[in-house]
Amino acid sequence: MAPPFGSFRMLRFILNKLALIVPTVIGITIASFSFIRLLPGDPILAMAGQHGVTPERYEILKEQFGFNLPIWQQYLNYVWGLLNGNFGVSLSTKRPVIVDFLSLFPATIELALFAMIIAVLLGIPAGIFAAIKRGSWFDQSIMGIALAGYSMPIFWWGLLLIIFFSGYLGWTPVSGRIALQYFFPSVTGFMLIDSLLAGKPDAFVSAVRHLILPSVVLGTIPLAVIARQTRSAMLEVLGEDYVRTARAKGLSPRRVVGLHAFRNALIPVVTTIGLQVGLLMAGAILTETIFSWPGIGKWMIDSISKRDYIAVQSGLLLIALIVMAVNLLVDLLYAVINPRIRVQ
Amino acid sequence: MKLMQTLLTASALVAVMAGSAYAKQLVYCSEASPAHFDPGPTTGGNDFDASSRTIYNRLVEFSHGGTDVQPGLAESWEISEDGLTYTFHLRPGVKFHTTSYFTPTRDFNADDVIFSFERQWKQDNPFYQYLEGLTWDYFQGMDMPRYLASLEKVDDLTVKMTLTEPNAPMIANLGMDFASILSKEYADQVLASGNLADFANKPVGTGPFQFVDYQTDAVIRYQAFPDYWAGKVALDDLIFAITTDPAVRAQKLKAGECDIMSYPAPADLADLQADPNLAVAEQEGLNIGYMSYNTTIAPMDNVNVRKALTMAINKDAIIDAVYQGAGQNAKNLIPPTMWSYDDAIPADVYDPDKAKQMLADAGVSNLTLDLWAMPVSRPYNPNAQRVAELIQADWAAVGVTANIVTYEWTEYRERGKQKDRPGAFQIGWTGDNGDPDNFFATLFSCSAIGVSNYSSWCNQDFEDAIQKAKTVSDPAERTKLYIKAQEIFKAEEPAMTLAHSKVFMPMNKRVQGFTMDPLGIHRFDNVDVTE
Repeated sequence: MAPPFGSFRMLRFILNKLALIVPTVIGITIASFSFIRLLPGDPILAMAGQHGVTPERYEILKEQFGFNLPIWQQYLNYVWGLLNGNFGVSLSTKRPVIVDFLSLFPATIELALFAMIIAVLLGIPAGIFAAIKRGSWFDQSIMGIALAGYSMPIFWWGLLLIIFFSGYLGWTPVSGRIALQYFFPSVTGFMLIDSLLAGKPDAFVSAVRHLILPSVVLGTIPLAVIARQTRSAMLEVLGEDYVRTARAKGLSPRRVVGLHAFRNALIPVVTTIGLQVGLLMAGAILTETIFSWPGIGKWMIDSISKRDYIAVQSGLLLIALIVMAVNLLVDLLYAVINPRIRVQ
Repeated sequence: MKLMQTLLTASALVAVMAGSAYAKQLVYCSEASPAHFDPGPTTGGNDFDASSRTIYNRLVEFSHGGTDVQPGLAESWEISEDGLTYTFHLRPGVKFHTTSYFTPTRDFNADDVIFSFERQWKQDNPFYQYLEGLTWDYFQGMDMPRYLASLEKVDDLTVKMTLTEPNAPMIANLGMDFASILSKEYADQVLASGNLADFANKPVGTGPFQFVDYQTDAVIRYQAFPDYWAGKVALDDLIFAITTDPAVRAQKLKAGECDIMSYPAPADLADLQADPNLAVAEQEGLNIGYMSYNTTIAPMDNVNVRKALTMAINKDAIIDAVYQGAGQNAKNLIPPTMWSYDDAIPADVYDPDKAKQMLADAGVSNLTLDLWAMPVSRPYNPNAQRVAELIQADWAAVGVTANIVTYEWTEYRERGKQKDRPGAFQIGWTGDNGDPDNFFATLFSCSAIGVSNYSSWCNQDFEDAIQKAKTVSDPAERTKLYIKAQEIFKAEEPAMTLAHSKVFMPMNKRVQGFTMDPLGIHRFDNVDVTE
């Protein structure tokens, strides 16, 4: 097998994928720019508080923020800013959007990563065993639980876990990223890394304890999806001729499943995992709100409710860029796992 | 060797923990992140809690748990006979915070006062637009540009403020958050450094607590200012743990992760009150929930129709159902805790038969009107939708058909304030400064039509009374004028005053000395904790 990145075909594959990104990004700027403006509400009135503003002052402020310009001109100004690397200044915090985003993003990655680890570590084995024991009570209960997990309203699920594990049993903290007694400078923005850099192992433990419930809540839906996808991919592969051949050769069931079936079943599963990143970002909005997790999900909700047009349009774009980048990586990984993709 | 290291770490840890055991720490579960720490341009109560009431002082301060104006950074002041000149004598020896980013070289003086107002007022001040898109909403909302003629330094400890016309509520305005005093010396340092955003994100004030750190959207840390002019406060450390969901705040309080919380959900109150470790303080808020009739549109231009509509509403039933024990039937626009409240005004009577008769006498039959319901929950009206449904049923009983109308919150207010808006409009108000003018003039003056006079009501006698009350400084005289205003209001019924609501503050029993504030502010300068 040729090294995956060495061939001309691979390069063309990457370039093709990158070329697709350009129209997607343009589409996203249009969508994010218009969605927040389609919502009823007005950023100037939202800022003004209960006193409101006089009609004269309203006009002045509209001009100050450029909201008096025709909508297409506002859009072009926005895109022009983006081309110059300027994501704009938040109407509420008055800080550059990119500054707010970067300061909050590590918290979301940390949470999403943990959620994904839980989803993968539990979802793949559950799916494999369900496939092997197809039709058994084990399969049916796993799939039943997966369906329940998939349908679970995140907000309700999160509160339920808090009330039971934090309130009733007292095993986990209610919310936040770390116990308040720990106070050390933020170096990377990742609490687990920063606590170790600060030389505080007990702070690290506290950060892990704070991560458990929100990761479980955020990981629930991806876990269900991955388990179901793994099961159906495995079932498909297990019926293939080469698996039957492997069995006929007298290979142990463990080798048949682990080596022959699982590797081939992995391909659609990896795609599924990649697609979950978008779902994770959506789930993070609710999970972070319940657990007071200072990430970009909570920030987006706050910005939407304040009608902070600038933060929302640029925040959505940044999140979309990240989801696209992850999906691109998954596509590449997919090509590495499965050489046929490159040949096509 | 490893054992030795572990032992050393452990003993160091014990030492730190032992040290912290002596530090008095209060954790407050707050409801939202502050935009930043400059109270001038912000408008949210959560912004003020995190900035003006912890880090800063004002020339005058509101009393704890009240709205009486007391000396703050001004030790005393005089108002000229004509009510146009205010002379403030500043408190000597007041220090600004010394932090890792600023070391003051001088005490607070007149330059700081002038700077703090001019930055909101004079467009050529370098801090007028020091952050992109500053709008100074409160300075504008309180009409300061209209009233301020000049602000001069007489000497280091004397400031003279001249007004364009007499305005008795001015002193109360100066106790408001936007009027916080910031350091001119720090502003100069920030200006020289070029990092103007530091001024809002790394605050320096004269207040009881000094800023230590803000982890965006998560935790704000303060420590007691040792050189505070009123004496160091009892607490050593104050922490705001930002927790947006009220149910989660309640869980954190119960689990001991915070000591005190803001705005409990009504559904959680009983549970919190039943917890033996917790105490729930309550106070009547300085607020009013009301429903404005558009007095310019027939048949609501007829005062008897307005009175009949109010008479048809069973207010007590609504308050029981919607406020769940946290509401008080409102007979006046201002709440009973406010000075000049007129207790002689009779309460609204619920009498559907008489209401029906009055409507018939006014020649009104088959009346159909819009009934507006706010889309948000506010302390003064926790569920406007439910209120609307109950009123709809009450009105149906007297032959009035109500169509419930609602919009997104800013859109709702925008449509509601249009002069020709049809129907009855639910809205409310939370006092800014404890002055009756803040209710009467803001909500029902003729000039507020199209801004915040949702009844489009302009009554000359009422207007004369409230405008005169603005210009006289004698409290007894002002009280008389406001009582007259309340009588006219009741006789004319431009709005149905529904309720004043109570505000609750659940806290751990180890929290001592917290006073509820009628203005909805959360202050911790007089709070202590027992171990």
